[in-house]
Amino acid sequence: MLGSAIIVFRETLEAALIISIIAVATRTLRKRNTWLIGGISAGVCGSVLVALFTGKIAELAQGVGQELFNAGILGLAAAMLAWHNIWMARHGMQLARDAKQLGQEVTSGTREMSALAMVVGLAILREGSETALFLYGLLSGGEETLASVLGGGAIGFIFGSLAGYGLYAGILRVPARHFFAATSGLILLLAAAMASQAARFLVQADVLPSLASPLWNSSWLLDNASLTGRVLHTLIGYEAMPSGIQVAFYTATLVLILAGMRLVRIQPTSPATP
Amino acid sequence: MKKLFALLPFICLSAWAADTEFAMAIRDHRFEPAEIRVPANQKIKLVVHNQDSTPEEFESHALNREKVIAPGAKASLFLGPLKPGRYPFIGEFHEKTARGVIIAE
Repeated sequence: MLGSAIIVFRETLEAALIISIIAVATRTLRKRNTWLIGGISAGVCGSVLVALFTGKIAELAQGVGQELFNAGILGLAAAMLAWHNIWMARHGMQLARDAKQLGQEVTSGTREMSALAMVVGLAILREGSETALFLYGLLSGGEETLASVLGGGAIGFIFGSLAGYGLYAGILRVPARHFFAATSGLILLLAAAMASQAARFLVQADVLPSLASPLWNSSWLLDNASLTGRVLHTLIGYEAMPSGIQVAFYTATLVLILAGMRLVRIQPTSPATP
Repeated sequence: MKKLFALLPFICLSAWAADTEFAMAIRDHRFEPAEIRVPANQKIKLVVHNQDSTPEEFESHALNREKVIAPGAKASLFLGPLKPGRYPFIGEFHEKTARGVIIAE
């Protein structure tokens, strides 16, 4: 029971943190909840499919199918987040102003929401398929009863979701004038974290060189296996022992998105972000 | 930085070099052997054969690896070049029993 509670908690927490950041960033968009629920449902269904086909996916591409698949999901999610931030840098202020007048954001909000709902779906796909496999293993291995596995899973799920909700409620308390900077900062770091993890999978697939592994070792300070380490790993891409190429991907993503945000900014309506 | 770029071709070349292969099995949610000695500063290939009827996830923060292995499947993991040292790994789905270490020397 404890085993399933811990694993389900970990995986739920990772997905829930990503979902809460996206829920905050899209709070002014119309039909947000419908989109979010759509993304979550698609992610859950997708997880079951991916879990069912784990063996097949792994065999693809001379045995590195799983790595390429994960890198693809992470890369796509990072691209969507990048696009969101750049789009918001251009339209964010305008959007906030229009929303106060008469819901002018309707048309532009749809594309925006669909991209972020996709990120939600992809995040769940990754964490959910692992959870499904783990629970299936516990059950078919006959180590625990169905009630014990499901009970543990439910406890893990509830605590993971609560932590995600905690982050959501916490960011909502950020004062209005810092809100835009805070949410785009979080999305920026989330995108960089995903790019760095994608690079890790490409190294694992032997597609990219690691360029120094590890580049540094800060596990004495904060271990990736600890709860704080895991949370920071998801939110800002913290790695106690990153490879050189991960750091390169992380930095390049930050620089490219920031440059994109600066380039598209409409001067008169631009917020004074650092 | 310049030095790094000068090194790049060699790093890429080393990626093409033949890899030394090591085999390991998962049986009853344990790694066998649970300890593998590998040469340091050289890329190696670790083939993990999951002989259990349940999936397992090979996970190591020290090695920066994470791979789900389906029941009955063989998974290849490319590791290193590793500096001399101990690199613990676990089977995340059976953390209590599935533990092992790679020793690079």
